[in-house]
Amino acid sequence: MRFLRNMPVWQLSLTKARELYREPEALFWVFVFPILLALALGIAFRTSGPEEISIGVQRGAGAEAIERALEKAEGFRSALLDPDEARQRLRTGRVALVVIAGDPLTYWYDPTRPESAAARMAVNDALQSDAGRVDVIAVDTREMNEKGSRYIDFLIPGLLGMNIMGTGMWGIGFYIVTARQKKLLKRLVATPMSRSQFLLGQILGRLFLLVFEVGALVAFATLLFDVPLRGSIVTLAFVSVLGAMTFAGMGLLVASRVKTVEGVSGLMNIVMMPLWILSGIFFSTSRFPDAMQPVVQALPLTALNDALREVMLDGASLFSILDEVALTAAWGVATFVAALAIFRWR
Amino acid sequence: MTHVIRCSGLVKRYDDVLAVDGISLEVRRGECFGLLGPNGAGKTTTVEIFEGLLDRDEGEVEILGQTWERAGRKIRERIGITLQETQFIDKLTVLETLVLFRSFYRNGPEPEAVLKWVELEEKANARFGKLSGGQKQRLSVACSLVGDPELLFLDEPTTGLDPVSRRQIWEGVGAFRDRGGSVLLTTHYMDEAYRLCDRVAIIDHGRVIALDTPARLIASLGAEHVVEFQSEPAPDVAPLESLPGVQSVRAENGTVSLTVSEVHKVVPALLQELQRQALDLTSLVTHHATLEDVFVAMTGRRLEADE
Repeated sequence: MRFLRNMPVWQLSLTKARELYREPEALFWVFVFPILLALALGIAFRTSGPEEISIGVQRGAGAEAIERALEKAEGFRSALLDPDEARQRLRTGRVALVVIAGDPLTYWYDPTRPESAAARMAVNDALQSDAGRVDVIAVDTREMNEKGSRYIDFLIPGLLGMNIMGTGMWGIGFYIVTARQKKLLKRLVATPMSRSQFLLGQILGRLFLLVFEVGALVAFATLLFDVPLRGSIVTLAFVSVLGAMTFAGMGLLVASRVKTVEGVSGLMNIVMMPLWILSGIFFSTSRFPDAMQPVVQALPLTALNDALREVMLDGASLFSILDEVALTAAWGVATFVAALAIFRWR
Repeated sequence: MTHVIRCSGLVKRYDDVLAVDGISLEVRRGECFGLLGPNGAGKTTTVEIFEGLLDRDEGEVEILGQTWERAGRKIRERIGITLQETQFIDKLTVLETLVLFRSFYRNGPEPEAVLKWVELEEKANARFGKLSGGQKQRLSVACSLVGDPELLFLDEPTTGLDPVSRRQIWEGVGAFRDRGGSVLLTTHYMDEAYRLCDRVAIIDHGRVIALDTPARLIASLGAEHVVEFQSEPAPDVAPLESLPGVQSVRAENGTVSLTVSEVHKVVPALLQELQRQALDLTSLVTHHATLEDVFVAMTGRRLEADE
């Protein structure tokens, strides 16, 4: 202990950790907020058995026969509707498809909506077999409901990545700018302390908190929502530490020259906002068009989220996520070096 | 090495403002040297150049026989610095703050011992954010002592503090000097300079306008007392100069100041003269001459301008 007491990097890290855990608001954002968010989204997007498809049947001759046929088949919830009402409900998505009786039978639907297109197939199947069509190939079905395929499973690694980014950026950036404003940075460089010791202390001190923030969210997700943790804990820890150091480096860079807390808050949001949207926290990055993919895939949070997901959900080893790890590390090194070069101490 | 600071021809410009205009001075080992001057005189700029926190535009600076360019890190190990205002980390305790600063230095006393020097032992586990202004400033001084410095820089160490806190800081500085330390102090309080400093340089507009011991600076006025009065209407000052024992006369903002050697002889003669001029005396004050009077005599302005 004696020797730790006289070790500047240790003391600076300890100071950083104390600053963070003695700040009640910081603890809320780090620990409570992600869990509340996971809870809310987990409940809102829970999967509860196969859903029935809403079908409208337009009033008219033969309509009731069609409705009876749909009731007999499973998986539909049908209603008789006047033409105006039918149009209205179809347009607003409250029914997936409207059936208009007649010869020929008409399916009125929106081919750009997946559930509408699926309803067209399912309804056609049901009505054709009700009318006596015989399937020529015998079929059987199996259902897939393994853990790891639900929305909450997708969400938790994303929230983990988001949290690692947020704590790294705010935890470092905000405190650096406050220290600059209070002339504490100037006082520190008036001692024999070396500047890289200080920056390293910031990053290492931030890692103290990481153990708890990752631990809390992962424990919550696996215990309450039964989210799988298929990869090794060591790999998950490694990826988390790497991510934390990378975003601490980005936090340093963002805060390297700013003089006011207001200024750094704005800058921080400018940097983090695109990452929140583009980096696959709440939905898959594959939803962005191909033209955007090179940008999306080059972002540090995309790489971190992908790596976390592969470790947690697919049980990936460190070697199979080497690309993501390398990209994350490259961002960390680049931002740290840039921050050290342009950092303003006064 | 008999000097802890030597500087000559020091110049610092900010855009087109000349903050330091050719300052030269030497601080001897073991002495407390004061830079006395009004706010904006260039004291802090000068000190921060000495401390290696600001670059100079011209001139030479040697600290403990070495230059910042060649031995910056070595100098840092041997000096202690108290900035004009430093806010430490609110959430850190007094002792934790001191331990942090102690870790930056190779040698130095135990942080607990330094707390005793500045009389903060019972606040060891209090957080910085909960301290009073005087306690914060004493912690700031303590942080400048943890490296066992040979030379201590104090920039306006007691500005804005209550009398008790000021005295505690003065005692801490005194104890540091008893252990053989040298001090460079800036202040705009004449009593602080008078009480702490062996020698004082009076600074105005970035120049040294006088440099000597406080006693000799005051003696340079040629008289030890000051008589100040106001009258209605204002007097004709020329006849006052020939009163017995009057060294100099100055009139400013309706107040007339006489620097005198013997108050008991001047006052009756002054009253007689005012009666002759048929004036109503509205106030009359006498006091011992101070460094303030030296500054007023040299610049025509007051040191502690209304803050």
